[in-house]
Amino acid sequence: MKIAKKFMALSLAAVMAGSCLTACGDSSSSKDGGSSDGTIVIGGSGPLTGGAAQYGVGVKNAAQLAVDEINEAGGVNGVKLKLVFEDDEADPGDKAVNAYNALKDKGMQVMLGTVTTGSCLAVIDKTKQDNIFQITPSASAQDVIKNDNTFQVCFTDPNQGKASADYIAENNVAKKIAIIYDNSDAYSSGIYNTFKSEAAEKGLEIVAEQSFTKDSKTDFSAQITAAKSAGAELLFLPIYYQEASLILAQCKSADFSPKFFGCDGLDGILGVENFDKSLAEGVMLLTPFAADASDDATQKFVKAYKEKYNNEIPNQFAADAYDGVKIIAKLIEKEGIKADMSASDICDKLKKAISDGFSYDGLTGQGMTWSAEGAVSKNPKAVVIKDGNYSAL
Amino acid sequence: MKKKLNPQTRKSFITYGLLLIVFIAVEILLKTGSISSMLQGLLVPICVYSILAVSLNLTVGILGELSLGQAGFMCVGAYASAIFSNLVKDSITQPVLRFTLAIFIGGIVAAIFGILIGIPVLRLRGDYLAIVTLAFGEIIKNVFAALYIGYDSAGLHISLKSQGDLGLKPDGKMIINGALGIGGTPNDSTFEIAFVILFISVIIIYNFIHSRTGRAVMSIRDNRIAAESVGLNITKYKLITFALTAFLAGVAGVLYSHNFYSLQASKFDYNLSILVLVFVVLGGIGNIRGSIIAAAVLTLLPELLRSINNYRMLFYAVILIVMMICTSNETIRTFFIRNFQKLKGLIIKNKSGSETVKEAE
Repeated sequence: MKIAKKFMALSLAAVMAGSCLTACGDSSSSKDGGSSDGTIVIGGSGPLTGGAAQYGVGVKNAAQLAVDEINEAGGVNGVKLKLVFEDDEADPGDKAVNAYNALKDKGMQVMLGTVTTGSCLAVIDKTKQDNIFQITPSASAQDVIKNDNTFQVCFTDPNQGKASADYIAENNVAKKIAIIYDNSDAYSSGIYNTFKSEAAEKGLEIVAEQSFTKDSKTDFSAQITAAKSAGAELLFLPIYYQEASLILAQCKSADFSPKFFGCDGLDGILGVENFDKSLAEGVMLLTPFAADASDDATQKFVKAYKEKYNNEIPNQFAADAYDGVKIIAKLIEKEGIKADMSASDICDKLKKAISDGFSYDGLTGQGMTWSAEGAVSKNPKAVVIKDGNYSAL
Repeated sequence: MKKKLNPQTRKSFITYGLLLIVFIAVEILLKTGSISSMLQGLLVPICVYSILAVSLNLTVGILGELSLGQAGFMCVGAYASAIFSNLVKDSITQPVLRFTLAIFIGGIVAAIFGILIGIPVLRLRGDYLAIVTLAFGEIIKNVFAALYIGYDSAGLHISLKSQGDLGLKPDGKMIINGALGIGGTPNDSTFEIAFVILFISVIIIYNFIHSRTGRAVMSIRDNRIAAESVGLNITKYKLITFALTAFLAGVAGVLYSHNFYSLQASKFDYNLSILVLVFVVLGGIGNIRGSIIAAAVLTLLPELLRSINNYRMLFYAVILIVMMICTSNETIRTFFIRNFQKLKGLIIKNKSGSETVKEAE
């Protein structure tokens, strides 16, 4: 019995030691951040497994698509790009940092990520410390861009909350509003806070404020009943699509049919498995991207994405990521970045270039510009779900 | 004539020795720069998880009670110390002093919570501790996720509603920002400090187990009625053990919060408590050395499997199941024992062989 334990302990220790060695071996090629094979390495980080995987996979696919397109066209100034992507499981702590470290080991020179806000907050100071240029497609909290090397493709949460309230007030969508939000989530409570203050200014009446947490996100009957009995005309849902799909279904069974309004987190709701798409009819969401928009760039992107990835329709996260890679490529072109430059030198050049008269026309906005603080300036677009598809309002 | 060490002492010294060897090996790798950034980033988390596992082993293995709230105590320790460090980071600039204070604050606050929970629950028989600690972990996490604390010239502001509710003056600063948690905690945790704390924890636990109190605790685990009949104060001994577990979990939380720039309550969920319990069960209930090894292996494993991309969690689960079966299945174990004894026999033979050669020379 004791010997068995000893043996197990020994063998486990051996496994551990062995694995340490193999891991050390992997990293030997790329310690300094410069790449050896003449490509510029873009590191992406996002959830590829777990509840938020749809975002991470979308970002990864679209980023790969953008990189492939650029490389097919001969690269940037003749230099090819390479995408490496790591899974951070949308974890707000050590796993996000692990993914970041793994990217560093693979020679990342520019960072595209992370996808979710919580993970992003965990790595921003790491990229600051290592001086790596970071552009996040979709981490939207204000705190994400507190360092000077971090930029966003998406709107910040305060902007989304404000824009939502403005849109509802200006287009006279409704007067009595109920909110259901996730108070354990940084993204959701961020939007809620600014929506509430902007709504008060615009004369919108918030009749019910209901919250839930990450652990109680399956039964919303209490919140729905409260919203219903308060006589809400519109239900504002600054949450992610998975919970929203449940809320829509439960609203129907509670015989409560207000207007629904959400932010970019709702994007992807039509992709939820076993979700009755007719429930989402008429849901409005504020998102900078609609897959069925008629402009050439969007159509070309959607077609290429569908061809490459099994006929899947890209969501807004994918579009943000596609733009993110193209923005990085444009900046690299403008600054004449070479593959053998260190991540820190690249960062110094890019962060100066992006806020210095740089403008980009992409899928998620025309004439996007950045302030030195890192926030993007572009016009929000409202989208409504019609006949089982997103279409521009 | 050499004095023979008693087997318990020998066992604990083997653990100390192994820990030191690993530490020296890692230090050499660090100094020569032949360690990847990922592994370097994992060093402190491994120490943190090891401390969590050994301290939980105290409650699960030595006391024989099930606790599912290890993440809750860790969360309390992490937040208490992060608030402290953020408040004093401008006034106490000596990192070692500040961090030492933070460690004690985190540990003591967690221990206080442990005692508060323990007083009513540990008087009961049955699985009540599991139920209550489970609830405690969830409550703590949700309270911190909804907590807003800021300070300005008028003092400290606390709200459970929203940031705007605090009414901070323009010169105010947020300390806890609800679900966004605490940012800007000074990064005082280093591998060396984390290792020293792990080492001290292991020393404390071994000495605790082998002390009079430890033997009393184990007698309660083995037969409560017999222990009571010889006059042991059951609740007192249970409370001491549980408070020590909570204290060490709080210390682990301090290390964790000072290793990352941002701290969010959503990290300390039910899954983390279960993960720590898995370390304990896999390492062997009551086996301190096993806990450390299991914590290290299971923390490293998913990261080292990154090369197989999307399948890594699948492989992680499979490996976990195989390990569980291998350590608990009698047949497989006897197979290993037999081979191990053969191996041992071979080594001993070789050794004595070489000794005879030496003697001949």
